[in-house]
Amino acid sequence: MPNEPEDKQPPTNTPGDRPAEAGTPSGDASAKPPAAAPAAAAPPVATGPKPAAPAGAAAPAKPAAPSSAPPAPPKEAPPKPEPLDNDLVKRYKARFGDGIREAWQDRKQAILVVEGARLREIAKYLCDIEKFNLLSDLTAVDWPRREKRFDVVLNLYSFEKNERLRLKVFVGDGESVPSVSPVWPTANWLEREAYDMFGIVFEGHPNLKRILLPDEWQGFPLRKDYDILTQDTAWIRENLGIESGQ
Amino acid sequence: MLNSLYEFFKPHLLPLLFAAVIVAVLPLLAGYVVLLERKVMADMQARLGPMRVGPHGLLQPIADALKLLLKEDIIPENADKWIFWLAPLLSVTAAMLAMAAIPFGPFFQIANLNVGLLFILGVGSMGIFGIVLGGWASNSHYSLLGALRSSAQLVSYETAAGMAVVSGVLLGGTLNTRGLVEAQARGHVWFVFLAPVGFFLYLVASIAETNRAPFDMPEAESELVAGYMTEYSGFRWALYFLAEYTNMIVVASIATTLFLGGWLRPFSSWHKADFLDYVPMLLMLLVAGYSLYRAPKQPISVQKMFMVAVAGLCLLLAVILGLPQFAPAGSMFVAMKPGVHGAFWFLLKVGTYLYLFLWLRFTFPRYRFDQLMKLGWHLLIPVSIVNVFSLGIALYLHRSAAEGGYGWGMWSSIAVTTVFTLLIAAWLLRKSEQPPATPAVDSF
Amino acid sequence: MADIYSPDSSNDLSNVETTVLGADEIIINMGPQHPSTHGVLRVKLKLDGEKIVDSECIIGYLHRGVEKIAEHRTYQQFAPYVDRMDYVAAVSNGLGYCETVEKLMAVEAPPRARVIRTILTELQRIASHLVWLGTHALDIGALTPIFYCFREREEILKIFEKYCGARLTTHAFRIGGLQYEAYDELEKDTERFCKDFKHKVDEYETLLTDNRIWLGRTKGIGVISGEDAIAMGATGPVVRASGVQWDIRKAAPYAAYDQYEFDIPTGKNGDTFDRYMVRMEEMRQSARICLQAIENIPTGPIMARIGKVLKPPPGEVYHAIEAPKGELGYYIVSDGTTQPYRVRIRPPSFVNLQAFDKMVRGHLVADVVAIIGTLDIVLGEVDR
Repeated sequence: MPNEPEDKQPPTNTPGDRPAEAGTPSGDASAKPPAAAPAAAAPPVATGPKPAAPAGAAAPAKPAAPSSAPPAPPKEAPPKPEPLDNDLVKRYKARFGDGIREAWQDRKQAILVVEGARLREIAKYLCDIEKFNLLSDLTAVDWPRREKRFDVVLNLYSFEKNERLRLKVFVGDGESVPSVSPVWPTANWLEREAYDMFGIVFEGHPNLKRILLPDEWQGFPLRKDYDILTQDTAWIRENLGIESGQ
Repeated sequence: MLNSLYEFFKPHLLPLLFAAVIVAVLPLLAGYVVLLERKVMADMQARLGPMRVGPHGLLQPIADALKLLLKEDIIPENADKWIFWLAPLLSVTAAMLAMAAIPFGPFFQIANLNVGLLFILGVGSMGIFGIVLGGWASNSHYSLLGALRSSAQLVSYETAAGMAVVSGVLLGGTLNTRGLVEAQARGHVWFVFLAPVGFFLYLVASIAETNRAPFDMPEAESELVAGYMTEYSGFRWALYFLAEYTNMIVVASIATTLFLGGWLRPFSSWHKADFLDYVPMLLMLLVAGYSLYRAPKQPISVQKMFMVAVAGLCLLLAVILGLPQFAPAGSMFVAMKPGVHGAFWFLLKVGTYLYLFLWLRFTFPRYRFDQLMKLGWHLLIPVSIVNVFSLGIALYLHRSAAEGGYGWGMWSSIAVTTVFTLLIAAWLLRKSEQPPATPAVDSF
Repeated sequence: MADIYSPDSSNDLSNVETTVLGADEIIINMGPQHPSTHGVLRVKLKLDGEKIVDSECIIGYLHRGVEKIAEHRTYQQFAPYVDRMDYVAAVSNGLGYCETVEKLMAVEAPPRARVIRTILTELQRIASHLVWLGTHALDIGALTPIFYCFREREEILKIFEKYCGARLTTHAFRIGGLQYEAYDELEKDTERFCKDFKHKVDEYETLLTDNRIWLGRTKGIGVISGEDAIAMGATGPVVRASGVQWDIRKAAPYAAYDQYEFDIPTGKNGDTFDRYMVRMEEMRQSARICLQAIENIPTGPIMARIGKVLKPPPGEVYHAIEAPKGELGYYIVSDGTTQPYRVRIRPPSFVNLQAFDKMVRGHLVADVVAIIGTLDIVLGEVDR
């Protein structure tokens, strides 16, 4: 069991690389954010149908990625991030320039990678102008082998357009991200949870403390180097009076 | 010496005996009211209720009492120990004391006070000390809040209840509890028909006063856990419970005495309805028969025997209640009749009143505290005052008619004043509904 | 937006101030063991008399690290765990998870499986709302509705039990479809239940809807405007009661919802009463969906053709369903192995609970329980 995390880490790289490779093409900019292809006409459904499309989209991009990935990546061509041109992304690009690093889509879901420092500005624009007024989720993913270790992932939803959009920010260990809670108040607890689980510091958060774990807990459980059996034994001994939680 | 002592106590012997009986029986009665409550609740909620201890859960109250006796008595460390210890006693004493002036029948009464009603109201209200002191002494927020709510609630609703009682007293012309019933016998009408508004006000106010749902703020379990009882456990907790149920019985007895004709049989002065005298006996026979019918179906022999015992008890009661009907005129049994039948009808009315309590409890959600206060001060108190005044005017106009029955003039003026009071009530109700704009919260 | 979010609402309850009347504010701890916090929620309330000046939710007492566990289980192995989050709506959780993984693998469950999934999920929605109604009414002091609610819920649980052998944490679905074929009388049972159920909802309403006390306890309590609700991330009945007509079943149909007709009930005032009415109507609509669904259950396979070992291609997907409590989202990142690289669960209860502080301020202690009840939280899902 304890070994598992080790085993698992290598694969990390696979997706980890993706940004880089996707990055290049992204120069020419990008994807229609809301996933559903038919964005143009009918109100597309972000969480669109699963079947055919991904397969088509799949093949091309992928191959590059696995190269660096030590542990075996999948054999058949998987659906792969697919950079796309799209007027929306162009608009964003025009507005924020380098603020939007890359844009791709995965399983027909639009993903924008944005510059950490400009996150709040972009968020404000998305919320107020583009009407992505629901921050349905904010979380993080840990890629320990990558230079910038964490993805902070924001899932946005627009009631008006019935579209979803995913923002990503790459954050290194010890770096901080501007908090988006002034834009979407709901980010308050979500950021606290991300801090609790990953130790990502959100700058400008009004009350950044642990939310699910006890305040004095040491360590950040959802990091990949935090083994599933790991505990803050000192805390447990002190507060629960037992040697281990197991 | 001994003789003179006997002479001194002689007039008090019977009251002392009654007092002993009441103190002995009341906890049991309260226990069975709890059982009744649980059974009624279960019935309304499509389930069975206690079924395990004894047949149909008939021994449940005894098991509960034993359990509570044996439970650990916890006194919180930071509590004020003496007051914590004393408070439940205070509550239960006050509640029991109030029983003293209640006439359970023409003969069965501990003390026939000339200010009986005042005594009951006064002593009954003392119970609040037990609640406030207990809540304060527990040194807990929940208890304190519960105690404060309770005292505020009692103060508010005691006024309305008092006013409602006054309407009955006006009609009866006396404060003596027995006198009130006799007045109803003389007038051939229960006061509930003369002062329906007063009765209704008393019903609502008495529920609030005994802290029962939907006015059970002080112990609202979803907000204050158990209110003033939060820190209590074991038998001390049981004492509070006993006090609560005793209080329920007391207010039901007041209502019965004042408005429902006390120990009087329905249509007691109408001889064509004399067949109603057989009802107590038949009822008891019915219960006995049902118990016997159910007895063989009980799972174990002890329960079978218990069921038979219940049937036997009911048969005994049936005999006691039936003998006066069949005994030759002039025998001792006929002399017993008003006593036993009076007690039966009295308890039946009290039971009905309590059933109303339970019914309300299981169907209504709970008021919020500010709404409760608003209801008390903005609606019940004004209406009860108007009620007393209009009733007073009606009585003044027809004071001569009050002797020996009520004529048409009396009835019509009563009807007019009742309608007037109801109109005032409706107006107040509408007024209280109109300005919901300002947050209700600000009243606190 | 600034008014919703003020930095000084930092929830620091430690500084007790003196009020106008010279009385100290008191701090009361509701929970984690309290009759009406629906589990192990702990709410710290700062009171001025009985009025709430400030509040803070302290959660995490039921934290089990579900997301961490997911990284150490295969895709199939993790499926039962999601049932244990919102344990009163396990079927919905399972549906969300299975569909997300299917989306990640670019497979789709066969039509028959999707219809059966829809039926069971809607039954589960009714069951979940029944639990909510019973406990909510109980919190407000109505002792009786909970028994009627549980009577009907029992019927639903019996259907689950007949279908998959489990009643509460059902694990009813499998990735790619269903493990079990529907039992012979599923249609009949469902039909009987749904037809009866309409009258049962009316019965609950006669107990509560027009009751003056109920109205007094729910109208104007815990008001949240549509904008605020969206800003606070509230979803499901909470946001619908504030007048936002949004339901993922319509906005982005999943399972077989696109085939059925149903309405999205909305409220106007965003208060506790509207949320009550919305949920009551939702129960009726769910029964309506079930009745439509059983009429024509397609025949055919119940499992998509997927291997025994699931290795979704690398990538990520976010998929949300309309769980009884709101948007239940799964964000799964795959690295191409048999175990998910990251599973993020977006729990509706957790996010909805965040609106609690905003809704509760200025109300009385008694309203706290009404507001906790109306948010319909399940602590297993809040804490995961």
